[in-house]
Formats: sequence, C-alpha cells, structure tokens
Amino acid sequence: MLRFAAIRILRAVLTIALVVTFAFLVLRLSGDPARSIMGDDASPEAMAAFRREWGLDQPLWAQYLHYFAAILHGELGRSMRGGGPALDLVLGRIPATLMLTLPALLMKLAIGIPAGIYAALHRDSAIDRAVMVTAVAGYTVPSFVLGLVLVQVLAIWFAWLPTGGTGSLQHLILPIITLGVGGAAVLARFVRSAMLEVLGQPYIRTASAKGIPWAAVVRGHALPNAAIPTVTIVGFMVGNLIAGAVVVESVFSWPGLGNLLVVSVTARDLAVVQCILLLVAVAMVLSNLIVDFLYGFLDPRLAEANSTGGH
Amino acid sequence: MTENILELHGISRTYSTRQGLFGRKVPVHAVDEVSLSLQPGQTLALVGESGSGKSTTGRIALGLELPNSGHVLFRGAELPPAHTSAWRRMRTHMQMIYQDPLAVLDRRLSILDQVREPLDIHDIGSASERNNKALAMLDAVGLNANYASSLPHQLSGGQRQRAVLARALIMQPALLVCDEPVSALDVSIQAQVVNLLMDLQKDLRLSLLFISHDLKVVRQVSQRIAVMYLGRIVEYGETNLLLSNPTHPYTKALVSAVPVAGRRTRERIILKGEPPNPADRPTGCAFHPRCPVVRPECVSVSPTFSTLPDGRSVACHAVDAAQPTKEVGI
Amino acid sequence: MADLVGTAPASAFPATSSSGALLTIEGLTVDFSGVRVLRGIDLTLSRGESLGIVGESGSGKSVTWLATLGLLPRTANVSGSVQLDGQEMLGVAASRLDRIRGGRVAMIFQDPSSALNPVIRIGKQVGEVLARHQGVSGANIRAETKRLFDLVGLPDAARRFDAYPHELSGGQNQRVMIAMALAGKPDVLVADEPTTALDATIQAQILDLLTTIRRETGMALVLISHDLGVVSETCERIMVMYGGRVVEAAPSDSIFANPQHPYTQGLLAALPPFDGALHRLIPIEGQVPEPANMPPGCPFAPRCAQRMTVCKETIPPLTQTEAGHFSACIAGAVTEARQSLKVHKSVLA
Repeated sequence: MLRFAAIRILRAVLTIALVVTFAFLVLRLSGDPARSIMGDDASPEAMAAFRREWGLDQPLWAQYLHYFAAILHGELGRSMRGGGPALDLVLGRIPATLMLTLPALLMKLAIGIPAGIYAALHRDSAIDRAVMVTAVAGYTVPSFVLGLVLVQVLAIWFAWLPTGGTGSLQHLILPIITLGVGGAAVLARFVRSAMLEVLGQPYIRTASAKGIPWAAVVRGHALPNAAIPTVTIVGFMVGNLIAGAVVVESVFSWPGLGNLLVVSVTARDLAVVQCILLLVAVAMVLSNLIVDFLYGFLDPRLAEANSTGGH
Repeated sequence: MTENILELHGISRTYSTRQGLFGRKVPVHAVDEVSLSLQPGQTLALVGESGSGKSTTGRIALGLELPNSGHVLFRGAELPPAHTSAWRRMRTHMQMIYQDPLAVLDRRLSILDQVREPLDIHDIGSASERNNKALAMLDAVGLNANYASSLPHQLSGGQRQRAVLARALIMQPALLVCDEPVSALDVSIQAQVVNLLMDLQKDLRLSLLFISHDLKVVRQVSQRIAVMYLGRIVEYGETNLLLSNPTHPYTKALVSAVPVAGRRTRERIILKGEPPNPADRPTGCAFHPRCPVVRPECVSVSPTFSTLPDGRSVACHAVDAAQPTKEVGI
Repeated sequence: MADLVGTAPASAFPATSSSGALLTIEGLTVDFSGVRVLRGIDLTLSRGESLGIVGESGSGKSVTWLATLGLLPRTANVSGSVQLDGQEMLGVAASRLDRIRGGRVAMIFQDPSSALNPVIRIGKQVGEVLARHQGVSGANIRAETKRLFDLVGLPDAARRFDAYPHELSGGQNQRVMIAMALAGKPDVLVADEPTTALDATIQAQILDLLTTIRRETGMALVLISHDLGVVSETCERIMVMYGGRVVEAAPSDSIFANPQHPYTQGLLAALPPFDGALHRLIPIEGQVPEPANMPPGCPFAPRCAQRMTVCKETIPPLTQTEAGHFSACIAGAVTEARQSLKVHKSVLA
C-alpha cells in the first residue's frame, strides 16, 4: 500500500512539474509581457528597466531554473501589474469562484445521478427518452451560449434576475445554472450507461433469483458497482472546481479566478497566470489521487492488488 | 520409420508475473521440460485442465511463442526465428485454428475473401485461379458457393469453424494445431466438424496437434495422447491404451470424470481440491496434494519418466513402485 | 404460508397433491419482441426428483426456468401457468415471488465467477439469503454461513466469510453459489449448466456434491445441460428440448436404452463413444433453427431423416409411448402403430 501511494504521489508531482513547465514556455513564447503591461508607447528605457526588474532580460533557461527554484521554496512570484504577491491575489479570488462552482457541483450530482439511475431503471420509457434528449442538449450546447440565452430570457425579457455582477443571492442563480446544466447532463448520461452495464450483469440476476426485492437489488447490488466508474467522472468535476468557471465568470462578470485568469493572460501577467495554472494542476492531480484511493475502497479487486503490493 | 513432422525436445517456457500490482516478480513455469513427437498424418492430443500449459505448448510448436529452453524441430529442422521471412514461409506449412472462429475472422470481409487471402498474400496463381481454389476449398469443408459472399456473422458457429478450417488449409499445410476446435459447438454440429477434420486429415495427409479437454472427442480423433498437469506431461502414449487403462492417478481421475451418456452407476474418482496456481507449484510431484495414492517421496522428489512395457511413458512414483522390474511382461 | 415454508426444512414437507407434483408447468410460452422462443412447455416436477433438461443452444432449456422464476428481462412476454404446490407463480405480485425465489426455488448459473457480485463479500451474499428467507440475524448469520460452507466443501470455511469472489477459483465460487442456494432450504434447486465453465475434475466434484446434497436434503434438482453425459449420470428423468419445445421425456435409463424421438436418437449417435469400438460419428445434418425462422410444423422436421409430409405442417403433441416415456413425433407414432398392427395380425393369424 505504501509503495502504491509513493508511486502515485511521485506521478502526481511529475504531472504538476510538467504543467508548470508547459505554462512557463507557452507564456514566454507567445508574447512580450513588458509590451503588454507597459503599453506600446512606453520608452525603450522604461521597457528595459521593467525587463530587468522582472528578470526577463535573462536567457530563457535561467528564467526557468530560477522560477522552478522559487516554486520549490514556496515563492510564486509577484503580479507584474499590481505588484502584490501573486499567490495572495489568486487565493483572494478562490472564494468567489467556489461560491459558483460548489453549488454547481451539488446541482450536477443532485440532478445527474438520480436522473441517470432513473433513466437506466426505466430504460426506453418516455422519461428515459426525455432524460436522454435533455442530456444530449445539455452537453452539446456550450456554456457561454446557454449563459447568454439565460441572460436574454430571464434577465432581459422577464427581468427576474440580474444580468451579471455580484451583491445578492439572485446574482448567483444564473451562473450556477449555466455551470450546472452541462455537468448534470454529462453525469446523467454516464450514470445511465454505467447502470445499464451493471444491470445486465449475471450477478444482478443472481440477486433477483435469491428473492431480494428489486429495490434492494438496485440499492445493494447494482449501485455499488455502478459507483466505481462514476467516481472517475465525479473526481474530474471536483478537480475542476477551481478552473471550471472561466467562461461563465466572463459571461456574468463574476469576480472569480476565471476572470482573473482571462485578465492576466491578456496582460501576460506571468506570475499570476502561472500561479493559477499551478493551482489548477494541483487540484486536478489531488482529485485524481483521491479517485485512485476511492477505487481501491470501492472495488476490492483493486484493493487486493494494492495491498499485496506492500509486501 | 518415417521422420517425425514435429518434435519438441525439452521445451520450457517461463513467464514472470507480478503478484499484485507492484509485488515481487514470480516465475511461472507454464511449460516445463516437455518433449513430444508427431508423425506425419497422425494426430497427437494434448489434454489437461486450465493452467496445464497445453495451449502454450501449441503456440510454441508453431513458433508463435519462443521456449526459454529446448528445441522445436519441424520436418527435422529447427524453426527459424519468429517473424522472419523464412519463418513466414515455414508458417504456411503449419496452421492453427481456435475455439472461437469469430476471433480470427475479419467481420467486414466475405468468407471467400478471407479464405483466398493467404493465396493473395503469397501471390500464388492468377486472380481467377485463386478464386477457384478458394471456392474449391470452401466446397471441401462443406460450404457451398452460396456462402462465399457471406460475412462471418451471417454464418452459424459450425459454419464459421468450417470457414476457418478452409482458410487454414488453403495453403496446404502439413501441420494443423487445433486449440479446442469443437468445444464451443453444439453436439450435433460438433460431430459434423469432427468428421470433416478427420476426412480432410486423410485426404490431405495432415498432421494434427489437437488440444482439447474433451476426452470423448480426443478418443475419436487421436492416435496418441499427452496428458499435461501444471506444465508437465504426466502420461504419454497411445490413445486407446491411456483411455482404456490409464496408469497415472491424474489420468485415471480425468478418464473417470468423463460424463458418458447412458452410464449411471460408476465409481468415479473425485479428486480433492483444484489444480494449484502455476505460480505456486507444489514441491516434488506437482500432483501430490490431490493424489489419492500419494507416497512420502512424492512430496519432495519430482518423478521421472519410466517407459512401461506397452510403450507409454509415465511420471509417477506410485507406478514405478508397482513395477518391480522394467522387464515385466504383459 | 410462504413464510412458514421458508423457515421449515425442505425435507419436513409432506407431499401435498396426490400425484406428489411439486411444480407444474403448463403451456409456458415466451416471446422476445414478437419472436416466440419457447413454444408451449408442459412438465411436472415431483418432490425430491432429479430432472435433467438437455438441449442445444436455442432449445429454450434455460429460458423455461428463467421464465418460471420471473428472471427474464421485462421485454420478454411470458404466458402459461407455473404452479408451485398448486399456487400460481406467474404474474403474482413481486413480494410473493420474492418469497419463493431463493426460498422455495433456488437457481444457480453457468459462470459462477460472474454470477457472484464482485464488490460484496461472499459471506454477506450468502447471509442475505439467510436473513431474508430464514430469519437468521446477527452473529448467527456468520455461524450458519460457515456451516453451509462446510456442507458444500469450501475449504477453510471460517476464513472465507470475508473473502471476495475474485479471491476464489471457479470451482470454489460454484460451491459458494450452491451454499447460497441451500441457505434458503429450497424444495427445488435449478442448476443451469453449473459445470460448463469448470474443468473436468472440478465438474466431477460439483456434480457429486449436487447429488449428495439432493440425497441428504430431499430437495428436487433440475439440472440444465447441453451434455447428455452430465445429466445421465446425475438425473433420474430426462427431458430433451429442441426449438423451444419438449421433444422427449423419459426416465434416464429408458431414454438411453430406447430413445424414441429422431432428434434424441440423432444426438446419441452424434456423441463420440467412450467405450467400445470407434466408428465414424453420425452427425445431424443442417443447423439448429433460429427462433425467428422456426419451421411451422415439427421444429426438427427439416433435419429429420424420418420426416413425412405431415411433419412439415403439424406440430406433433407429446404422447406417451410406454410407461413414463413421452415423445413428440408423428413419424415415430406411425411406425409404432404399424408395428403393433403387424403384431396384432400375426397374433390373430
């Protein structure tokens, strides 16, 4: 078990390092921060001073090494625009983002899982078809389109809800729905197919042949098996809590992390972008780790493979 | 005496598997010191339960898998290294068919195309000659021209196995390795395919290495049997001798376990336990934990082959003990 | 009633009806999306009897018993009558059916490793039956499960309670399935190809176990198999099915000594012999018919060497040819009649 954990954690760290490297290179090679922050009309002297201040005059590999060493010391740099520590800036935005993504996640789970289970149990019924049509629509429509439509209908035509911004609970409703619908749809489809797969297994027939009432067969025999593949996709959604709202935050001018990312990328505010990407990578990798360990918990076939690895 | 078409000399094949996901690597002796020979036009049956190594032995005979030690001789010559052009040339003389014909048939190609394919690959004859040859082969396996354009899923299980046979035989191989070729077929269809296989063997002077767990079919098709247990041969000899008068306790149990229609009261030898995992091979004679006539030496000493007066080989301490001298007449 | 039944040992039951019929199936048919796969099954199972059901793929031998226990998918259309001790089972409320299944009638399946739930400990899977049908609870479940594991010869029974199916071999899992079936103290155990996925020596063990248990508990055994050899050594009476019908039913000895239906005769001739001289196998020509293309008359007519014109149009009824021996063959009945006529004449002359 220890060895299993060690290998998993090593792999996680490696993944994060790769993401960080990728972000570093793409940002450095795709534009000049000095120009985008100082503006095109800044004097060459001012530009040079800016570059020197931020170490941009050094060779790329030196910047990279320096950057990596800093990360290892927990030093994530300072915003080129505001000057404050990038980490503080980023952490400051997280509550606002979670305010949208957490309720949206709950909405995905609360709608997607029961809908998927119900559709699978009533396969080919009218409700199953309705769920599936809604689900296909729900994840083929991009969230910004859905967001704009919702704004048009509910905020502009009926004026029931604000079009964007912050301040009240009403401001939360549209962004959360926009975020939640697609995920709920994906989850419903996924859970439905996982359940159908499980319901077709011989052990379900065995359970019925034992005289276990159907509801108990579903609860006790089918759901624990269907949970195994579902954990993966839920894990992905959890990992996406931080990064999942980029588009929607823009549509609704929500002051969260996504908004900060868009602004910082446009401005080539390197430290902030890198800090966000690092955070997103860590969140993803952590949720993946949790999924792996949950697998071992839910599926004894894997648990055994893991535990014999400890000898 | 005719030259053997196939000889295996002291073949061993060891895999290493991990126990668990990251556990120690454990060697698994899938095949251990197996020696066999097959005469032209004859059928040698490999018999055993899961984990006995019979399928691995079949793949080694074709060069599909390499032994860690030992030699495979085909017509007296060692097999060329796998996937070389010399090996491919030799492989046209040795073919294999499996239990599940769908696994080897391409679901998108017509039966005729698939039977003709080996001729196409080796560029034999003109296009129309190839077509005619393939049609003749299909006819020989009992699939008339109506089936030529069918796709595999349009055929029944028995017809698919016929198609696979036609494909395997189109290059006129000398050796055909059959891995459980009729196990998945219904009884009435199984008889059709068994008869076909025996007819083709006679007509084409085919040699068969016939891997099966079904002793009734084995009795029908083979002249010699090798009984395998956990990678080793335990008894090897003429089919009628081994099945009518098995000497190794494992062969005895296998023979007594054959369900025979219409036979009710019979002393059946019920073995204790199950064949152990090949990765966890018992010491001495691998069969000793289940053996009804186990002796003290079986636990520590691996039995060697002795040849009985009737010509069969047996690896068993109990049989040795019952034969005071090797010259005992029958 | 069903509760009482569930708690009492099977052997303590007095034979109810005069004939000793425990389970009666009448006119059972099954349709899958308009295609008839089971075309009218009639059978009676007596208390403690061992009945073998033999047939090739598509004969309906498994569907008969899945339909009997309401285990077919909802898309299946089942009609006819199945009575257990005179009580109708088909179409009853789910709660009543659930007291019968696993309690009075248990069923085990072909591939034991996939028939057990992979994420639930085997002890718990057996315990479920004890709790539901025997009212066993708490610590008694563990003790009773251990007793059942010992009974079916599962090695190291006490420790196995907490094992998962993947930690056991196929043969051991089949023993767990049998233990689970016995947990409900059933009057009938339906075993659907219980040894097909197992090795030869393990098959012998499991068949031996089933026979021993039947003898000791007095339950009836229905053994479904494609292998005439397997049923002939285990069962007292044998039913041969073909194309969704019963074509022959007789005591085991009688069916092998004197098979009446051309299909049964053909099956026996197609089997490679294990004793005596070798001969060329005599296959049944042609293919097993698809349910969607079932011939209108006798399902076996297109492959039958003895077929007459009438066989192609008329479905032959199952008729008694001698004591306890039934065959559904018009051609056979005609030959029989001719022969008896000749006998009569010669006697008169």
